[in-house]
Amino acid sequence: MDDMQHIDIVGDYSEVVMQYFDGSRRRVLVTNNETPMPDGRLIVSRTDPEGIITHVNDSFVDMSGFNRDELIGQPHYILRHPDMPAIAFKGLWQTLLEEGKKWHGYVKNLRKDGGFYWVYATVIANVRNNQVVGFTSVRRKPSRRKVEEAEALYKIL
Amino acid sequence: MTYNFTVSPDFNPSYLSGWFIFNTWLQRQTGEAIHLDLYDDFDLQRQAIAEDKFDLIYANPYDASVLVREKDFVPIACPAGKSDEAVIVVAADSDINTVEDLPVGLRIAATKDPDVNMMCMIMLEPADLDRNNTTTQHRDTYVLLAKDLIRGEADVGFFLEETYNKLSRIVKSQLKPLVQSQIQVINHVLLLGPALQHRQSEIQQALLDMATTPVGQSLLESLSFTAWAKVEPEDTEFMIDLMDTLET
Ligand SMILES: Cc1cc2nc3c(=O)[nH]c(=O)nc-3n(C[C@H](O)[C@H](O)[C@H](O)COP(=O)(O)O)c2cc1C
Repeated sequence: MDDMQHIDIVGDYSEVVMQYFDGSRRRVLVTNNETPMPDGRLIVSRTDPEGIITHVNDSFVDMSGFNRDELIGQPHYILRHPDMPAIAFKGLWQTLLEEGKKWHGYVKNLRKDGGFYWVYATVIANVRNNQVVGFTSVRRKPSRRKVEEAEALYKIL
Repeated sequence: MTYNFTVSPDFNPSYLSGWFIFNTWLQRQTGEAIHLDLYDDFDLQRQAIAEDKFDLIYANPYDASVLVREKDFVPIACPAGKSDEAVIVVAADSDINTVEDLPVGLRIAATKDPDVNMMCMIMLEPADLDRNNTTTQHRDTYVLLAKDLIRGEADVGFFLEETYNKLSRIVKSQLKPLVQSQIQVINHVLLLGPALQHRQSEIQQALLDMATTPVGQSLLESLSFTAWAKVEPEDTEFMIDLMDTLET
């Protein structure tokens, strides 16, 4: 995946090199600008069994700051924020694949402009004829208290 | 053989005759005897569904998931351009202006409409409210919810957006919407049970053609639909997956 570009970033930023599960690396640029999740909306995406994005709704596109074309076909870690501990996502994949259950969690996501947004996310496997054909994630607006709790927890993980 | 048809109890009572006329049309189209059985109680209807009483159901998204996943029903059509959205409403003179203003101990007035209630409970989450720190009084109709709010007997009411918008102007002037869902992908669907699936393609085609004739159009109007749109099984599977993520 390409490095983030300075020209896309809005405001002061710092640089972090991320290393992903598949071994690839990418330079990300992060700011302190939070985009609040609007009331009443759901952010929806689907992936194939490997976590490659196959479908996003309009709210997803709006909140991420990317175009739809820039998202489809990319690994879902395109949204991974450096403040999110790897162990949180390890838990996600373990819950989905090994336990076959749905996963819930509070997630800080990275925007194309370097900013971030907090969501409460649920991910489930899409099972058709007893086979996992992909995953669906739906995110909704979390309470401030829950975000603060998650922030404190992720700092020490 | 007589087939049985039912409609989710959240249908607006002003379309009651519309559903009977629709059923007459359907019998003429299919040449089959179809009996329409309407319920005003979700629990009673669920029980009848569990006993496999129906062959054709216009179902809310919640029941659609049980029908598809457990009862082998097949979705065939949904009202075009209509999605189920919910709105949380307060009295016009209420001090509450945002979800975050809502207090612990909130008094909710709600119908038994499962989708609306689920969507509205989700919209309360940003205020850290859930079933454990709120109380809910159930009413049979949306008009009664409006009365509860106007009389100050409830702090918020959970409405189906379409029904809220159709309240009279006088009633609406005493209320204000606090927050409204924009989910866009949750909707009611018409489903065929196993006994009628041998007629699936004909029934589906007749529904899709409805909007092309003046008679069909006036029938659709009496249900407040503009047309039936085709639904593929995967569309409904997607909706069901989505509903699964929302259930706690
Ligand atoms: C349906 C689905 C949605 C996901 N959504 C996100 C997301 O919004 N943000 C995110 O950082 N990771 C998301 N993930 C997890 C990523 O696939 C990935 O595991 C995570 O970003 C950590 O990346 P890494 O383990 O490759 O370092 C999602 C996974 C699935 C299956």
